[in-house]
Amino acid sequence: MSGHVVPPRIYFAVFAALMILTALTVWAAFQDFGPLNTVIALGIACVKATLVVLYFMHVRYGGRLVWVMISGALIWLGILLVITLADYASRGWL
Amino acid sequence: MADAHAGALHAHQFEDADQQKDASTLGMWVFLLTEILFFGGMFLAYAVYRIAYPAAWAAASHHLDVRLGGINTVVLIVSSLTMAMAVHAAQLGRRQQLVVFLILTMLLGGVFVGIKAVEYQHKFAEGHVPGPGFHFEGADGRHAQLFFSLYFAMTGMHALHMIIGFGLLAWLLAGSLKGRFTPSYYTPVEMIGLYWHFVDIVWIFLFPLLYLLGRH
Repeated sequence: MSGHVVPPRIYFAVFAALMILTALTVWAAFQDFGPLNTVIALGIACVKATLVVLYFMHVRYGGRLVWVMISGALIWLGILLVITLADYASRGWL
Repeated sequence: MADAHAGALHAHQFEDADQQKDASTLGMWVFLLTEILFFGGMFLAYAVYRIAYPAAWAAASHHLDVRLGGINTVVLIVSSLTMAMAVHAAQLGRRQQLVVFLILTMLLGGVFVGIKAVEYQHKFAEGHVPGPGFHFEGADGRHAQLFFSLYFAMTGMHALHMIIGFGLLAWLLAGSLKGRFTPSYYTPVEMIGLYWHFVDIVWIFLFPLLYLLGRH
């Protein structure tokens, strides 16, 4: 028994990408993109998180059941965030 | 589990070692999913109040040290790399490499928590700790205090996870020095690796949300 052995060069490539994205998000934070600043910051964070999950956490090479579990978690997280924020956002309309 | 790998490679309730590892992986992910929702609640509270009080949020966020936060982001990403390399060493049965990478990961985790402690110290010195002694130079001190409450709750919970991770790594280190992990059984290294990367991901979101938004 042994899991998928990921070659270290892939880890180093992911690491380099994470570093570049970190520099990018710091740079972007000091520019004025208006409301897009938040979108850019969260977008970069999501890309970084996805890289970590897929490569460092081996999900890309893992079984389908793990994909199902993660999708389930993200759906529930989405329900938590979207419905609550929709409630707060629409209170002023009353 | 202790008896399982002494003789056979898997515990009696499993068909084989692969099935046992799949079960461990799934169990670990289920735990991490509860963690996603646990931190999710705090991120939600952050989002609700940031939308409600954007000016106070931006003003309070300015009092965090981007340099220290940025250094900590780099430290944590490097520690994720060393953790991934530790799992790699365990998979190939390179015991010495495993020990070295575990020690490096622990050192980096220690640096992170140390820098966090310095930041907390600054917050205490500046009176930015929520409570009776709180004072804020900006206009909306009441809601700035709310920001700092969430800052301490989120980074404090994150730091607690780091400290627990440090303890788990110490346990792995002891096991790997005893030669407990082999290419046919390294599940604990991989599972604690998953935990460590998860804690890294939480910080990947905390850093821009707490330190960077409202900088420009």
